[in-house]
Amino acid sequence: MSERDLRLDLFRGLALWLIFLDHIPQNIVNWFTIRNYGFSDATEIFIFISGYTGAFVYGRAMRERGFVLSSARILRRAWQIYVAHIFLFTIFMAEIAYVAATFDNPLYAEEMKILDFLKQPDITIFQALLLKFKPVNMDVLPLYIVLLLLFPPMLYLLLWRPNLALAGSALLYALVWKLDFNLPAYPNGVWFFNPFAWQLLFVFGAWCALGGAQRLRDVLRSRVVLSVAIAYLVFAFAITLTWHFESLDRFVPTWLADWMYPIDKTNLDVLRFAHFLALAAVAIYFLPSDWPGLKSPILQPAISCGQYSLEIFCLGVFLAFAGQFIIAESSGGPLLQAAISVLGILIMIATAKLISWYKTIEGRTAPSRVKQRDADLAGGEA
Amino acid sequence: MTFIASLLMTIALINGAAAAESTPATPGCDVPESFISTEIDLARVTNAIKERRRLEISVIGSGSSVLPGPDGVRFAYPARLEAALRERLPGNEIKVTAHVQLRQTTAEMAAGVPAILTEDKPALVIWQAGTVDALRGIEADDFRISLETGIDAIAAADADAIVMNMQYSPRTVSMLGVEAYAEVMHWVAQQRGIVLFDRLAIMRSWTDSGTFDLYAATKDYAMARRVHECIGQALASQIINAAHLDAGKMQTTR
Repeated sequence: MSERDLRLDLFRGLALWLIFLDHIPQNIVNWFTIRNYGFSDATEIFIFISGYTGAFVYGRAMRERGFVLSSARILRRAWQIYVAHIFLFTIFMAEIAYVAATFDNPLYAEEMKILDFLKQPDITIFQALLLKFKPVNMDVLPLYIVLLLLFPPMLYLLLWRPNLALAGSALLYALVWKLDFNLPAYPNGVWFFNPFAWQLLFVFGAWCALGGAQRLRDVLRSRVVLSVAIAYLVFAFAITLTWHFESLDRFVPTWLADWMYPIDKTNLDVLRFAHFLALAAVAIYFLPSDWPGLKSPILQPAISCGQYSLEIFCLGVFLAFAGQFIIAESSGGPLLQAAISVLGILIMIATAKLISWYKTIEGRTAPSRVKQRDADLAGGEA
Repeated sequence: MTFIASLLMTIALINGAAAAESTPATPGCDVPESFISTEIDLARVTNAIKERRRLEISVIGSGSSVLPGPDGVRFAYPARLEAALRERLPGNEIKVTAHVQLRQTTAEMAAGVPAILTEDKPALVIWQAGTVDALRGIEADDFRISLETGIDAIAAADADAIVMNMQYSPRTVSMLGVEAYAEVMHWVAQQRGIVLFDRLAIMRSWTDSGTFDLYAATKDYAMARRVHECIGQALASQIINAAHLDAGKMQTTR
């Protein structure tokens, strides 16, 4: 509990890389990201680990310094993320305005209607500030903001009655499926990630951080659980193969397809949640927290990225925009896409190292802040 | 993970190699066989040609089923499909009627389906949908229900159906999220056992193979017309495949 679990940073770092790659839609390197091999994707990993580290850091703060102070820190974090989101939105607006001004093709007369909202910047920007208007691929941070806003009372309950808190979270999730509610979006519809459903992953992560993982220790060491998890991952892999190769569709029995589809990302389909749990179970089984590889220099880049997740996440979204832009401008082929993917990840690593260096020099000049720096490492990055 | 990925890539390559023999079409319109082969039968189309030598097709769609400008209808894929089918099914009367309204959502189109069926009495309905719903951010579930309503109405009127998804538009891909709607169309088609014309994947394959530069900023209609010509050709191939109207055989029985 006292020492930071580097596996969290490692997997969050990897998730950030995958989110970056997935956000360049034309990218050939997309083939390598986990969403092509199963039901869940990097978003699940990111949200779960964020819940875990959030509880790890703010939970300690709440125990040591009380509800008000720790809540204030959580809300400040939510505010930082909000500012980051609006910053990214500005970049997105610039990109859209550029495309509107320069790109013309009669083939896409219909698609270009998406630029119509530039005709009403007042409404568009206001709706963006309300987190109702969210461009494609900018849904994760708003989800994170809402999760943090709801976190103080949830964390309180988690510290006091962890199992009750988890049951409450599961109940809310079940109610979403029963009653179908979500936050409204602009101009139509609802949030792409329903916060009332996705909170289950976040709270489950927090529950694991506050002793749940200990309680699950025997379960996670059992070979039966491992076999079930692996079997499920293989099943999910087989199903995703049928998405990529139409000719394999016929091997999916109709009753199974009827029961299984659609696999709902908005409301965190049970199949997705289970897929994440299976992935986590397998990862934990084969990578114990004292696994020596975690100290190896090969994994350090991913670990550093995972430790500054907000900064690196935002950078990744920005780099994905920039990468798309370059690919579009040069009508780039697979080689360019691969080069941009690699370069993007290198920039993410370099930035993480730079932030780490800043934290170090700040720590040196103000020794009194060293203790807080540690909290920042984990908690600032909750 | 890398191993699995390379395995997948290998399968993809083999798949691609098998698809290399493409359907006869205008040079440059080649489409991988896997996109236009289907195991679903268009039985009403087969009947219409074999019994009556006459095929009526209704196209229902929004802005991407037409090209802008006064000649837009003549060069858009519904008219090109008609021309392609006439050429490939000689001796048969082929009529394609396009019911295209810009900015129509799938719900609006679904509401109009019964009237179109009564009017045209088609053997086949080609339903292009999804783009306007993505533009307006219609909820995926509502989109699905509209699609199912329309498809059921088509089946009730004893017509075959093909649903066509969105265009691949690499310039707007980061602004217009079509992927989720394409997924809905894919599985609705699968569940209802109807043919999907995967325009998104086909146009993407044209970008990947260098057939078309869909990134190009141009006011010129030449490329847009060629894309629609190729879509019309590919649709004709898919219909002929699914209705088992092997072109060679048709010609000998003429």
